[in-house]
Amino acid sequence: MSTVNYQNILNPAVCQIKPSGIRKFFDIAETMDDVISLGVGEPDFPTPWRIRQAGIASLENSQTRYTSNSGLIKLRQEVATYVKRKYSLTYDPEHEILITVGGSEAIDAALRAVVAPGDEVIIPQPSYVCYEPMTVLTGGVPVIIETDAEHEFKLTPEALLAHITPKTKALILPYPCNPTGGIMEREDLEAIATILREHDILVISDEIYAELTYGGKPHVSIASIEGMAERTVVVNGFSKTFSMTGWRMGYACGPAPIMQEIRKIHQYAIMCAPTTSQYAAIEALRSCESDVAAMREEYDMRRRLIVSGFNKLGLVCREPKGAFYAFPCIRSTGLTSEEFCERLLYAKKVAVVPGPAFGQGGEGFIRASYCYSVEHITEALRRIGEFLEELK
Amino acid sequence: MNLKLLKLLSKNARYKTEELAAMTGRTEEDVSTEIAQMEKDGLIRGYKAVVDWERMDSAYVSAIIELKVTPKAGLGFEEVARRVMKYPEVESVYLMSGGYDLSVMVKGKTFQEVALFVAKELSTIDSVLSTSTHFVLRRYKELDVEMVETNGDDRGTFSL
Repeated sequence: MSTVNYQNILNPAVCQIKPSGIRKFFDIAETMDDVISLGVGEPDFPTPWRIRQAGIASLENSQTRYTSNSGLIKLRQEVATYVKRKYSLTYDPEHEILITVGGSEAIDAALRAVVAPGDEVIIPQPSYVCYEPMTVLTGGVPVIIETDAEHEFKLTPEALLAHITPKTKALILPYPCNPTGGIMEREDLEAIATILREHDILVISDEIYAELTYGGKPHVSIASIEGMAERTVVVNGFSKTFSMTGWRMGYACGPAPIMQEIRKIHQYAIMCAPTTSQYAAIEALRSCESDVAAMREEYDMRRRLIVSGFNKLGLVCREPKGAFYAFPCIRSTGLTSEEFCERLLYAKKVAVVPGPAFGQGGEGFIRASYCYSVEHITEALRRIGEFLEELK
Repeated sequence: MNLKLLKLLSKNARYKTEELAAMTGRTEEDVSTEIAQMEKDGLIRGYKAVVDWERMDSAYVSAIIELKVTPKAGLGFEEVARRVMKYPEVESVYLMSGGYDLSVMVKGKTFQEVALFVAKELSTIDSVLSTSTHFVLRRYKELDVEMVETNGDDRGTFSL
């Protein structure tokens, strides 16, 4: 038997990528009984029935073949109508919209289309775990901006300016933000847009949580700010808004010259997004406004409950204005985030995610998802309360 | 604002005032006062547990009785409906559109007991023209609550 030296075979750039810090706790939790989790970043609602029905109908009608690489034109037209109505964005369904396998594929393809080796990509953190590794894989250099609780985890113009160099190619704008719940309001976006225009920086705006904002403040897309549509790729999708995680449906909208290159990557890597899911997605955009509103209202209630719960327990928790996570500060316990999560899991069987899983700036915080029933959240808070008592 | 409270209470009447206050973004005092007022006004009529009686030895049977009724001049169906609802055996009474007039949910210890109640009490009321009895065989969902085991939360831990 010959021995293979896999280290010689594998791409060192890939080997150096660390597995997601979220996994570790899930793996421990899975070996335990009666764990109550606030870990999952996935809606608990089933996909609204009409959407499922549209998927079923497409199968009954034998719509089981490849679609156009860009996605069904009908779906792209619906996306164009939807983003126009919701976010005042104007895109040509023929050349400026691409249907992808979840928002993740869109982010990956957009990065690969624009980032050349050595280019710098600015990434505000704490934020979703994929941006940094995906940037590294393109040969790009991630430049991290730590956002903080004091500024509601917003990207400030001062911080942005301080991190721009001649090599800066792109900014990833992850708002509404997983895990912080931070959002960027119009004036926040206008402030950074001026800088982005001046320095000619492309924005990859991950707006997957756009429909989940609370307190009557609808999401504003940076592409709707004067002079920004031409330098922005908007990434959005169906997973969070329509509770369609398993369908793997996302989309990217942007200027035709960029989209043309992104489409090339998509074409070679993916061919086209799943056909059944595309038919289901058409129905989602056409007729599920009220389902989304009902889910949003339910999340909002849970959000208030969990935020007030953490604050009552003495873990300072700002009001998250978007997404479906609370991001309380655990510094008062004297523990690191990692210690807190590990001890909580072993002592009380509650699984939450340590803040540093989303970047070093997350130290001192934990992420608790509120995609759970009120009863589930209440029980988790009760156990966390016991844990804190026993720490004293 | 009442609407939010009512929606929550009709989902789970045992939410604590503290929880209701947090979920609706109001003070506990406000919530208590409002609930007391809604009870006093009769907007909230009562609170009950949703019980899976099939698991108890002392299970009861229930039936939906369709009543066809001659409406009375000036009173319509009001008089007979109010009379029917007074029986302790009667769980609910609804005035219906369509092929019959009153839908009456009746419960008893046995099928026979229910059948006899219909024959002796309901069908003998003057304005009742006919009755049709449908026994409940199994409850799958009651008052929004699923009465049979379903999948529950089957989400994995795959999301990041």
